[in-house]
Formats: sequence, C-alpha cells, structure tokens
Amino acid sequence: MTTRTMGEPIPRREDPRLVAGDGRYLDDLGRGALAAAFVRSPHAAARVLDVDVGRALEVDGLVAVYTYEDLEGPVAEPLPLLIPHPRLHAGRTAYALANGVVRHVGEPVAMVVARDRYLAEDACERIAVSYEPLAPVVGLDAAVAAERTVHDDVPDNVAARMVQEHGDARAAVAAAPHRLELDLAIERSASTPLEGRGVYARWDAADRSLRVYSSTQTSTSVRFALAAKLGVPVDRVEVVAPDVGGGFGVKIVHPWPEEVLVPLAAMRLGAEVKWTEDRREHFVASAHERGQRHHVSVGFDDDGRLLGLDVEFLHDNGAYTPYGIIVPIITATQLLGPYKPGAYRVEFRSLYTNTTIVTPYRGAGRPQGAFVMERTLDAIAAHLGRDRVEVRQANFIQPEEMPYDHHLTFQDGRPLIYDSGDFPATLEKVKKLVGWDEFAAFRDEARAAGRRVGIGLACYVEGTGVGPYEGAHVRVETNGTVVVATGLTTQGQGHETAFAQVAAEALGVPVERVTVVTGDTRRFKYAVGTFASRAAVMSGNAVGLAAGKVRAKALRIAAEALETDPDDLEVSEGMVRVKGAPEREIDLRTVAVLANPLRYAFDEQTKLATQFVVGRGVEDPPVAEDDEPGLEATDWYSPVRSTFANGMHAVVVETDPETAEVKILRYCVVHDCGRLINPRIVEGQIHGGVAQGVGGALYERLVYDENGQLLNASFMDFLMPYASEVPKVETDHLETPSPLNPLGIKGAGEAGTIAGAAVLASAISDAEGFFVDRMPISPSELWALRERHARKEEQ
Amino acid sequence: MTEVLHETRLVVNGVPHTARVPARRLLADCLRHDLGLTGTHVGCEHGVCGACTVLVDGRPMRSCLLFAVGVDGAEITTVEGCRSPDGGLGPVQRAFQDCHGLQCGFCTPGFVTTITAWLREHPDPTEEEARQAIGGNLCRCTGYQNIVASVLRAAELQREAGGP
Repeated sequence: MTTRTMGEPIPRREDPRLVAGDGRYLDDLGRGALAAAFVRSPHAAARVLDVDVGRALEVDGLVAVYTYEDLEGPVAEPLPLLIPHPRLHAGRTAYALANGVVRHVGEPVAMVVARDRYLAEDACERIAVSYEPLAPVVGLDAAVAAERTVHDDVPDNVAARMVQEHGDARAAVAAAPHRLELDLAIERSASTPLEGRGVYARWDAADRSLRVYSSTQTSTSVRFALAAKLGVPVDRVEVVAPDVGGGFGVKIVHPWPEEVLVPLAAMRLGAEVKWTEDRREHFVASAHERGQRHHVSVGFDDDGRLLGLDVEFLHDNGAYTPYGIIVPIITATQLLGPYKPGAYRVEFRSLYTNTTIVTPYRGAGRPQGAFVMERTLDAIAAHLGRDRVEVRQANFIQPEEMPYDHHLTFQDGRPLIYDSGDFPATLEKVKKLVGWDEFAAFRDEARAAGRRVGIGLACYVEGTGVGPYEGAHVRVETNGTVVVATGLTTQGQGHETAFAQVAAEALGVPVERVTVVTGDTRRFKYAVGTFASRAAVMSGNAVGLAAGKVRAKALRIAAEALETDPDDLEVSEGMVRVKGAPEREIDLRTVAVLANPLRYAFDEQTKLATQFVVGRGVEDPPVAEDDEPGLEATDWYSPVRSTFANGMHAVVVETDPETAEVKILRYCVVHDCGRLINPRIVEGQIHGGVAQGVGGALYERLVYDENGQLLNASFMDFLMPYASEVPKVETDHLETPSPLNPLGIKGAGEAGTIAGAAVLASAISDAEGFFVDRMPISPSELWALRERHARKEEQ
Repeated sequence: MTEVLHETRLVVNGVPHTARVPARRLLADCLRHDLGLTGTHVGCEHGVCGACTVLVDGRPMRSCLLFAVGVDGAEITTVEGCRSPDGGLGPVQRAFQDCHGLQCGFCTPGFVTTITAWLREHPDPTEEEARQAIGGNLCRCTGYQNIVASVLRAAELQREAGGP
C-alpha cells in the first residue's frame, strides 16, 4: 500500500489561517515601526533643481529625510540591470532616489521617515522640490520619432533591437500564392495585485545583521542585492517573504528603490522602518506591461499553411530597463504557439518612453504573441473562406514531431524546443467543449431573434519552468514531522499544500505530517523565484528529489535495524516495512532518531530507539565519512531547458446591437500542463488567469495623456473585473507529461491569461463581421468600429 | 505641529476598546495598527476594492472611508470576529476553504465580512444572487468562480447549523 497524495484535489493547508484573518502580510508586521513615505515626481520628464526640506522639519514626529545627496557608495549608483542581454545595447536603470533628473511620474525624489505614515506624508507635502519640466516622450510614435529623448545618451530612444530568423521568411512570403499584411496592437495594462509592494527592515546593531521582510517574488535575490547595495556581508542579511497578497509578475523586479532605501534608513537610524505602498504609488511607481504594436507579413498556400511569417514589432519599455528585454523576447518566440511556419523572421525594437517601467505581468509577452498569431490565422481563414479550425489544423506541430525544434533562442538563452503536447487532441477537446460544429445553428437561431453572437478560438504554447535551478531541503524530525524548505516564494499558489503533497508521496508519509516553508532565506538560501509558471516544475521536482534522498537514507538505516536489505523494504503511512512481512516494521520517527548518533533521551522515540542496534563497529567513527547526522537531505533540480505547456480557449460572445456591449456567454479552456499535483489548485490558477485575460481584453488599459500623466491611476478608473464581468469558466484537461523532469509537470500559472485578447477579438470579429485589430476594446470603440465599417460598405 | 487626540470607544468583535487617535485616523488604520487586528486589509484606500470591509453595527462598510472617531461607540465586526462561537472557523470562512475560494487571501477578509452580513438576509440564495452579493469586492486571483461557490456553500453550512 502506498500513500497517494499526488494528483489529489486536497484542501489547501494555508487556508484556515488566511480565512480567519490570521495571515501575516507585509503591513501586518512591525507594529510600532517607523514609517517611510516618498516624495515622487509629478512630472514625466524634468530636471530636479532643488529639494528644500525646511518646512518638513516643523512636522512633529519627523525622524529623517533622505535625498540623493544622502546616498553614498553602491547605493548611490544606478540600480542593477538584472538581466543584461547583448541585444540590449542601451540598457538604463534608475537611481534609488532621483539624481538630478526624473524620467517618469512617480519616480522617487526623497524619502521621509516619521513616527507614523500620516506624519511621514505630512512631511512629504512640505518638501518643496523645484523642477525644470522637460517635454516628455509618450507613446510609441513619439519614441520612434525621437524628436525628444528619454535618456540624453540614447539619441534614437532605442534600448534594444533584436532579430531572429529561421529560413528566409521574406523570400517565402514574396513567393507565396497568397499574402496578407496586418497591423495589430495591444495596450498597456498591469499586474495590480490587491496587495501592493512593501518593505519592513530591522537592523540589529549588536549582531550587525539586517532582517528585511519584503512583499517580493524572490527573497533570495533581494538578499544578495541588499548585501551588495548596502555593503553588509551576505551572511548578515536575512530576507523573508511573508504572506504575499498576489504578485502576477510585478514583484519579481528587485531591488526596487524602496527595497534598498528602507533597509538603509533602518541601518542609519538603528530603528525598525516600514513602507507600505499605496494604490496610487503602485500605479505610477511599480511596473506595467503589454503595450506593443506589431506588423505582420504572411504568405500562405490554398490550405492556409504558413509558408513565410515576417513579424516586426515595437515594444514600449517605459523609462528604464531593469528587467532587460525578457518581455519582447518572449513575444518574439512564443508567438509561434503550436504552429510551424515554413520560415519565420521576427524583429523588435524596445523603446524608451517617459512612463512607468515595463516588466513581466502574468503571460509576459505571450498575450501579445498569441494575439498576433491567432489574428493572423483568423485573417487567413477569412481570406480563403475556410473554417478557422481547419487553418489551425493545417499548421499544427504533430505529436510525433515532439520534441520539436523551432531553431530559435528562447528567453532563457536556450534552444526553443517543445518537449511535449498533442495539439490536434487538445483542439478536438475544446471544439467538443464549446460545441464548435453546432454553433452555426445557434447563430441562426440567435439571428432570428435579433441577437448578434460570435464564436472565437485561440491556441497558445507557454514555455514554463525556466531554470536555472531550484533546491529543497527535507528533514524528518524525531516526532515524525517532515519539514520541507524551498527558497522560492509564494503569492497565492498554494505551495504549502502542493509541495507537501510531493514530499508526502515521495517519502510515504501522510500529507498532514508535512510542513512547508517558502521564501525565507533563513531556511533556504539559494533560489530563483516564483514567476514564469516555474514553481511547481522547479521546486516541485527539487522537493521530490530531496524527499527521495531522505527515503533512501531511511531505507538504509531501517535495513540495518531490521537486518534486511533496503530493496526488501517499503515506506507507507510513515512506517518502514519489510515487503510481505508487515509485522517487521519500524517507524520513520525511530529511524530519524537512529540517524543521529547523539541520542539524549529527550522523548519517547529516543527511548524506543535503544531497542535497535545500528551497527557501526567500535573502531569506526560514529558518523561515516560519506554520511551526516540526521534524517535529512538537500537536492536540486536544474533542467536543460524549459518545459512547454499548451492550451486552447474558445468563447461565445454576444454583442449588443445598440450599446456595443460585449457579453461572454461561454468561456471554455482546455489545458495541458502535464501531470497535476493538485487539480483544484491548477483549476484555480486557470480561473484567475482567465479573469485577467478578460480584463485585459475588454476593460483594463493604462491611459497616459501627452504630458505623461497616467489618467487612470486608481481602481475607480482602471477597470479590473468584478464578479459581474467574469463569465463562468468551463475547463477540461489533457495530460501529456513532460519528459524533462521526474514528476512530468509543465506549470500552469500564466496559462489562463494568455489567450484572452486573442480569443475575444476572434469572437467579437465573428459576431460583427469585421476584423478587430487592437485590444482591449471598449463598447465605445466597438461602436465606432461599427460606424466606420458601415460607412465603408455604403461607399 | 502636534496633533490633537480624541478618545474613541469601539466594541470590536464583542470586546470594548478605547483608542486615542487623531481625528483623521481611518477606521482601517485604527483597527490594524492601534488595536492590532490586522485581518482587515487595505487594498486601494478609496473604497473600491472592498478588502477593508467590516461590519459597523451589523452593516458592511469600507473601513478605509471611515474615520475612527466617526464611528465612536459603534459595534464593529472584523474578519477575526466571523469565527463560530466555539472558536473554530465560521461558516463563511469554512466555505472558502471547502471551495478553494481564495488564493493569496488578501481580499478574503472583505469577502468574508460582506458575505456574513448578506447571508443574514438571504439565507437561501441562487447562484445569480450569490454572484451579485459579491459584486462590490475585487479579487485578482480567483476569477470569482470559487467565491460564488463559497457563498452557496456558506449558506448551506448555515442552514445545516440551523440558521445564522
């Protein structure tokens, strides 16, 4: 008998705490700590002439004010460019506090520390900053025109230019029997987790050590960054990600200015200091994504087969590039989805504008890529008068072609090779789920009743589980508790539950006995972080491998105790038993005691252990040369390359003939993320992803005016979907396990989001009878499109 | 520049408290930072997201839009007060766990308080009514699917237990 926990939809272990209000989010910590607040630039582009703090000094409760002049050493240098790339020829990062120039609204100019946040903000209001406003660069047109520049030393505003090509795509397009040209655009949006960023720092002067809590997606890397920036030895810095109220990408960026400055203040003042981001700050001073414009030239045959695909696009990277050019690289490569064009060329330029920085948001360039590819295939189907499904089928990579090499380089610098997937089978499932073949009848019925309905389909492939590594430590305590630690963080993915399931299965213990710690550098020092749908793949496998090592050690010790061979033993329900002779057994707790030659009789298990004699001779050292005390092990998972999950979405929409409102009648998802650890958690990830996809397609956009002011920096104006906007999500799964990792997992975090804009554009186009080429689309925009197309038809 | 403090009496989850706060102190900050009840979360500070919802004399209100002095003498129920009388999880809290109605959990306290109040007047809701009941609260993780299910499950648990 074995303990089955992998694949079971067990309830989450973290929930009783969180539903009762007992969570420990960043702002719940540090009661009584001093509060930091920031003076931020109101201008998109300006020179900072003077910062006068005089009037702030009158505020009772003010403790300190810092400007750039107060910074020295590494902290006075620009923040790190985390992911340099040879094609990022003009990467630029901000200073922690503005050094004479500000390049977007929200850039921090001064930090105030006071007794509480109210007083800190009073002081901020009294700091007089003299600016010389400059004409800003806003929008891709202004960036390309380069009449003005964001950085003096980047005269064309181009941060990066990159070309990838397989085959001669331009020649293939030119020689193709059919050709189309398309312009396709996606606007800016943002992660907007319900909890913003936050930092709480404690400096222990006696110990000369720093503990920092940060609402981050990577505590281990924040630790190294702080050590480097603040000149504290790494082993004197601890960083803990407490409960994190959502991330969706924005919290992977590090170190943020505030993440460096708050600990700096704690060290200088010898006091606890905390900063909690407010909502407006989050809109202007964290990060955005999605804004891209694409031009497609495509050549195809009579069946809609892609002979040549040539894509050029512009990526708005905002004012700085701390996270490199990951987003446009992902668009460039993941645009291909489940298809195999005869030849492919992609070129992008990443451009500076005087707006908030752009870094990955759930989907990370894939929603744009899927939009471009799927709209292109829809346009081909319309051009040829074929069913959209047929055109996709004509271009699918077939299961027997796996692993499939696109001959391109992925975001991790490794070859873009798909590991697995059965796209024709997935398509069949989604067609069946949505009722694709029966839709024509439904449309006729609706039309007869004066209703406009449309159906859409969109497919995607998602590189998940990028390396380079994650590790895990697993220990069996003498009380039977299994303690798992892994370094990556958690912001709602249920890692406490999922990793416990992996460990329980690998070790043969009840899942209730396993506890899991994530994101705490005191417990595990090396990790990459939780992003790119990588946590389950990377730490899931690391936990499985470490637990496997612990199991092997337990079998070796138990075999000695039971005087048998390890191969004759099995572990189940926390007991090691001789196969076929279950009466010969030893509790894992007892094995844990035997694993440590120092046996003070602290507890009953230790006393019990004395009945077993584990044989090391009196001439041997009690701990063998190749062994160590304790029933515990660390192991690592480092993949050669990414896994590739895939999925297909199909929707049915109804558009109001009068108001042009779009109502989603059905939203169907078929998803293949390999083997599932916990289906209910995966399902939840898909639901949430779909909500963000729908938001990005129909409601959410960040609107800048010509002065670089973000016009909708609040939840009143940036329309995140409520329950009334998110349709019921119908899901089905296909499991083609990844051959790349022991657990066969492929990752699921971003999947639900990727197809949103593509699938809704497809359905709206189908309902309206004209082509939608940019998303999101509001009712007024759809209405205007109707007018324009009606006029065209009249002419 | 020194602030005048006002003595404010609040009965929070049945326990009387007295806090000395400036007139501008928000109820949310008073609960969280003066009384240490950090279950109430602040997501937008302008009354849109609903994460900070607490019950004031039984009615759901946004504690980021109220001054603590403005509710002097009121009875406040926060998420910490939505437990069952025996100290275990209350029906709404249990329903959220049963239905996987939360992911990061940051918005959850506002949903728990909102739903607790709503179910008192709607003990046997339909799915559509359940969706409307949560229509004023934002969640960025779940897509609301399982929160709707949690409302229905909470109603079921309450009926099983013989009413709210």
